[in-house]
Amino acid sequence: MIPCAPQQLVGVVGLEIHAQINSKTKLFSGSQVRFSDPPNSLVSFFDGSLPGTLPVLNRRCVEAAVMTALALNCTINRKSLFDRKHYFYADLPAGYQITQQRRPIAVDGILTYSLLGGKKRNQVIRKTANITQIQLEQDSGKSLHDDVRSQTLIDLNRAGVGLMELVMEPDMSCGEEAAAAVRELQLILQALGTCQGNMSEGQLRVDANVSVHTPGEPLGTRTEVKNINSTRYLARAIDYEIQRQIKVLQRGGKVQNETRAYDSKSGETIPMRDKEGLQDYRFMPEPNLPPLIVYEENASLPTGIDACQAVVVQQIREGLPELPGVKRDRLVQTYGILPEHSFTLVNEDGLVEYFEAVLKATKKEPRKVIGWVTNELLGHLKQQDMSVSQSPVSPPALAELLELQESGHISSSVAKQVFQEMWRSSGSTASKIIQEQDLGLVSDTAQLHSICQKVVDSHPDEVDAIRNGNKKVLNKLMGLVQKETKGRADPVLVREILQEKTS
Amino acid sequence: MLSLTIREVSLALREGRISPTELCRRCLNRIKKTQHLNAYITVTEELALKQAQEAETRLLQGAPKGPLDGIPFAVKDNFCTKNVRTTCASRMLRDYTPPYSATVVQKLMDQGAVLVGKTNMDEFAMGAGSTDGAFGPVRNPWSYAVPYREQTGVAPDSDWVITGGSSGGSAAAVSSLTSYLALGSDTGGSTRNPGALCGIVALKPTYGLLSRHGLIPLVNSMDVPGIMTRSVSDAAIVLGILQGLDVRDSTTIPAPSSLTELPEDLDVKNICIGIPTEYHAPGLSEETVAQWSRVADMFERAGARVQQVSLPYTQYSIVCYHVLCHAEVASNMARFDGLEYGHRSEENSSTEAMYASTRHEGFNDVVRGRILSGNYFLLKQNYQHYFVKAQKVRRLIADDFKRVFSSGVDALLTPTTLTDAACYSDFTQEDNRTRSAQEDVFTQPANMAGLPAVSVPTALSRRGLPIGLQLIGPAAQDKKLLSVARWIEQRAGFPSISVYESDTQMTKRETSPL
Repeated sequence: MIPCAPQQLVGVVGLEIHAQINSKTKLFSGSQVRFSDPPNSLVSFFDGSLPGTLPVLNRRCVEAAVMTALALNCTINRKSLFDRKHYFYADLPAGYQITQQRRPIAVDGILTYSLLGGKKRNQVIRKTANITQIQLEQDSGKSLHDDVRSQTLIDLNRAGVGLMELVMEPDMSCGEEAAAAVRELQLILQALGTCQGNMSEGQLRVDANVSVHTPGEPLGTRTEVKNINSTRYLARAIDYEIQRQIKVLQRGGKVQNETRAYDSKSGETIPMRDKEGLQDYRFMPEPNLPPLIVYEENASLPTGIDACQAVVVQQIREGLPELPGVKRDRLVQTYGILPEHSFTLVNEDGLVEYFEAVLKATKKEPRKVIGWVTNELLGHLKQQDMSVSQSPVSPPALAELLELQESGHISSSVAKQVFQEMWRSSGSTASKIIQEQDLGLVSDTAQLHSICQKVVDSHPDEVDAIRNGNKKVLNKLMGLVQKETKGRADPVLVREILQEKTS
Repeated sequence: MLSLTIREVSLALREGRISPTELCRRCLNRIKKTQHLNAYITVTEELALKQAQEAETRLLQGAPKGPLDGIPFAVKDNFCTKNVRTTCASRMLRDYTPPYSATVVQKLMDQGAVLVGKTNMDEFAMGAGSTDGAFGPVRNPWSYAVPYREQTGVAPDSDWVITGGSSGGSAAAVSSLTSYLALGSDTGGSTRNPGALCGIVALKPTYGLLSRHGLIPLVNSMDVPGIMTRSVSDAAIVLGILQGLDVRDSTTIPAPSSLTELPEDLDVKNICIGIPTEYHAPGLSEETVAQWSRVADMFERAGARVQQVSLPYTQYSIVCYHVLCHAEVASNMARFDGLEYGHRSEENSSTEAMYASTRHEGFNDVVRGRILSGNYFLLKQNYQHYFVKAQKVRRLIADDFKRVFSSGVDALLTPTTLTDAACYSDFTQEDNRTRSAQEDVFTQPANMAGLPAVSVPTALSRRGLPIGLQLIGPAAQDKKLLSVARWIEQRAGFPSISVYESDTQMTKRETSPL
């Protein structure tokens, strides 16, 4: 094999995503779904695979999958099937996982996501990734290895929790795209409420299938990269893996079809010891669950089927919330803000609502408000690792501050100063701070006249320069006046007075 | 008293001719006296007496829960019973005590029935003789009754016949008069086969009519709890109580009718009985054929339409049954890994080594053999060739039945087994696989198609052993099937074992008159 020229090789990325369904109970049992409960406290007889127990499908999980599928433009299979996938593992008590191998609940979807590109990273580039299928399946338990005592402890609290597995086609080419796609998926799932989507807590688990090839040639051998617990690491892991594979090929080597784990400390991917070598999962139809039937609309329900018990696609479609893409378009159109700002707003949980609440209470233009929300507010929040709901400055409080600035009571530099003060002493209003610290604009003409006179008198050279036609020097004098007044002087008045005195 | 039917003894309880505790004691005594049959793995004496006492209180207050209140029953040891060990006759579950009861067990208890014990079986219900369990073989009560003893004339301990299986313990319990009803399970004939060989009524209801929740599975897509009683009417009473939807079993169906009384005198003039020609199988005994003809003739003489029918795919049924059975067994047995419950090997060099030796020590060679072949059938490279093909043929077998029933046939009349019960020494000459193939030949097609089938004893053979015939009906027509079965029962004249109680070999003579 002739090593390819480096510039010709490009990465190909496909994702397999396991999203934990946000439901009260597990996929096939009545056990509660909760995290950080004491080990093995949320285990029903079925979850523990006690002999004689049978799976009973949780309708809420089916609805979540249908809703997710609709949001991702999938075709919903009216009839889908469950299968058993066999392998021995300590945290898989039945010796098999119930999944949907032959006929999943949904197929052929599209995830539309956007990247910010261009030199200033303010150009919105729209991309799509095709979704092969969405299948319902059981989560496994957790194994905790105690190396000191050389024993394995099993926690079955997670065993049997419902998962949606989303299989995406290899439509991406780099880590950034994959991260953007996953971020968009996260936002969609959170908007739907079908998955909490937190990667670090394992609610969303992303495995990346990565390969490299020369465009136009067949795809290269792929590796599967696991153990990625944030979108940032996802991007890094993929880019590392692409570069690693390119280097292997350039050296004349071959990429091994293997599973690799991402090590966030070193930023590298390392081969994982395969569980048991080559696996044959010996798939078999799950005989204890009849085919899963969903109905298009209430009218198509056969007689004898209770509408409350059935999963009706039309009802779920009608209940779909505003999806992030639609929300961003609406924000750009309604408020005239820049597309990149719409991304910032939608990316942060609660920020759109905050922004809109501020707008309600102020006459200030949305285009002027957006900077306050995306820079001042978000900057402060990020600095202290806080969420929007934790903000010490409420939307009405910010609105009041912006009103005071808009009506000329304070300058913009003072406004920023007041905002910081409001942040520090939560509950204190802008007007109170302005009053207490005497930050209001000085518009007393007599007072301003005397300050201006003092400045003019002490800077004869500058005055001469202005009189000789160098009008720019006036700005220096204005700065000196502001310095005297600690920025509180009404700039319009000051300019007028200085012009008069230097003419 | 012990040889009565449920209907009769229920009346005796209500009329105060006997109390539930006295009845329970008599059954427990008789279990002790018939211990050599090895019908029970666990006798729940304490629980039984407590339940009997509760029933007695209700009866004294004139408020019995129903026809089963105070009636002793036995349960095959593959149904979970809360706080009562449930072994599946396997070392794997030798000390396993489930924390819940199977739906069918719970329904009987809710009716006030009194659990006397858990019955012996083939390990994990894999067998047709009740000879392959960790607790030893079950002996057929008819081995100790006069007719057989007189025929053979040898000592009973050196020569006894099997019960059939895998629900042999349950069949022996009902047949030896230690319980009035017993639950079996029927995957390929495991209720009907021992029912026929032990001379009792054995019903395999329509698949899904009875809940499987709490039944430790053999083949999920074929398993049905079986009902074993001394009369067809008793089976109907029990069916009426057990049938219907269970939210814990998604494969259950609503009861088609609330099963009330079976007709006292069925007019068979409008009944059409089908005789499947393919059931003239090799190895079918002359005597069984004679019984088959006798009953067919009875129908004909009574004005029923009796016609030959063909089920062409039946001949492939047993092979497909084995492929599907082994595949599901391989899957269902995967959970027995020694981690959560059951036997765990001392081996602890690695998790995999622990799994391997746990499963080697816990399962007998029959179970291990089926797991091995089942996994082979499910391998990616074999799946289409074995599993899928067997499923396709299964559909054809079911279609055969559908076609026959839609042509106007109400029930099919067939033998239940090829012959009467074999001697233990003869039976164990062949391996489990061969025996299963022979023994299930007439019974497993009904499981493949999910149809109701019932075995009714019709006569004693020349060896003095019961012969049974099977009726197979259309899905969900269990009541109609039982009505026809009752018609046979009324005319066949099968004797009660109590008639031959003069022989002291079976039990020590009872103190109270039967």
